[in-house]
Amino acid sequence: MSPDALATLPFAQVEIEQRSGESCIANDGLCPGWIVDNLGDYATPLVEHIYLTLFSVVVGFVIAFGLAILAHRRAWTMRPISATTQILYTIPSIAAFFLLQPIVGRGFMAGAIALIAYTLFILFANITTGLQNVPADVKDAARGMGLTDGQLLRQVELPMAIPEILAGLRIAMTTTIGLAALAFFAGAGGLGEPIEQDIFFKSNVVIAGGLCLLLAAISDLILLGVQRFALPWRRAQAT
Amino acid sequence: MAKGAGDVSSTIAILGPFGDGIDFIFQQRESVSGGSMIGGPKQILDLTATHLLVSVVAIFAAILLFLPLGLYLGHHGKGEFLASSVSNVGRAVPTLALLAFFVSFLGIGFLNVATVLFLLAIPPILTNTFVGVRQVDRDTVDAANGMGMTDLQVIRNVELPLALPTIFAGLRLSTVAVLATATIGPLANVLTLGRPIIEPQTFGVGGQVGAAILVATVTLLGDLIVRLIQNAATPKGLKLQREAERSRKSLTLSPIRRESTT
Repeated sequence: MSPDALATLPFAQVEIEQRSGESCIANDGLCPGWIVDNLGDYATPLVEHIYLTLFSVVVGFVIAFGLAILAHRRAWTMRPISATTQILYTIPSIAAFFLLQPIVGRGFMAGAIALIAYTLFILFANITTGLQNVPADVKDAARGMGLTDGQLLRQVELPMAIPEILAGLRIAMTTTIGLAALAFFAGAGGLGEPIEQDIFFKSNVVIAGGLCLLLAAISDLILLGVQRFALPWRRAQAT
Repeated sequence: MAKGAGDVSSTIAILGPFGDGIDFIFQQRESVSGGSMIGGPKQILDLTATHLLVSVVAIFAAILLFLPLGLYLGHHGKGEFLASSVSNVGRAVPTLALLAFFVSFLGIGFLNVATVLFLLAIPPILTNTFVGVRQVDRDTVDAANGMGMTDLQVIRNVELPLALPTIFAGLRLSTVAVLATATIGPLANVLTLGRPIIEPQTFGVGGQVGAAILVATVTLLGDLIVRLIQNAATPKGLKLQREAERSRKSLTLSPIRRESTT
């Protein structure tokens, strides 16, 4: 890379820590000593990352759940809702981060709104699929027993839709953790910030990238555990 | 600031940056730090061309290498674990971390960005091809075998056409992901549409918003184009069958559902 090109990168010159003396660090290497000494500096970005992801997925889930119930009750709303959420899903988050800033300002909300918009389609599609996959026989039987629409939804359809709903949550979680690494563009912090500050320093990239992956793996395992816990009748089956 | 921005911001304050962004696309202006000219159709076309080139190279490489692999694995029913775990792990890798990895370990440049985008394009193509072929009715395949078709003929004349809708759903996911991620190419010195976003000290807020509008437009158009190709490539019989199903049942959604059930 030419010196000119380097100068055009805004943060390339910013260094997370002083890096003089030791040759490993000066060479942008993978330095165990540096990693051990500086691991603590990644705590704040990690917490920001977790907070942003959880907030976005939880709010996204609440909205998607409401929309899915609406689409389930009023079939004609399905197509417009799914088309709208699909467009929101297709718009790249990195573009959304900047398109939102003139409206809500730079910071947490710009990051969160973009991520919420992104999760809506995944969650909406999975919740409605789960509700639709309930066998008609089961619903007929429940109606025959005198269940009202509300009871049918709460006691039959939603419990039976749990596998699809949780599958959607797992996808939404892992993708949001990945996308939150770009949320620093919105001024929302997260693990992407240290990565971009010194993208040439291997130790830095490995820690921050590794923490992202670790976070995704742990959250996926937790949701997998929830799935097993929430579906005791499925434990016997091999799914 | 350029002329267009003043006109717009005088009407609605909120439109200001957006008007400025649109103005950036169509009007050349002096850079924020001064000294050079930025924006305008010529530079935008340049950035767009790089953006599309690096994306198209990555997508085509992924199709050429991994569509046949998916067809092969699906045909023989092998590698279910591979096909599904590749997609799960792939989803969790932050694209920025992946790019940073390549930059810090292998260096910057077109090839590295193309490789990152290529890796990103693989999971949906591989998984959806595999799943699409596996979902083809086994009786249909048996019938084709019974007619004396070879393995290759079965794949080409039966499984591939019937799996096309699912394959294209994966292709759409890949295309969108690649076009979106090409935006961070300038971090590795590949000057895509993300350049104004990555270099705010030169391009300013107008440049950032303008680039964001362009990235969103390019991605939505890419998605639309793949969808149109999908429509054209889906066998007529399959379309008729789907319409019949659709009118019988209520509306259904496709792309995420398929992935989520694997």
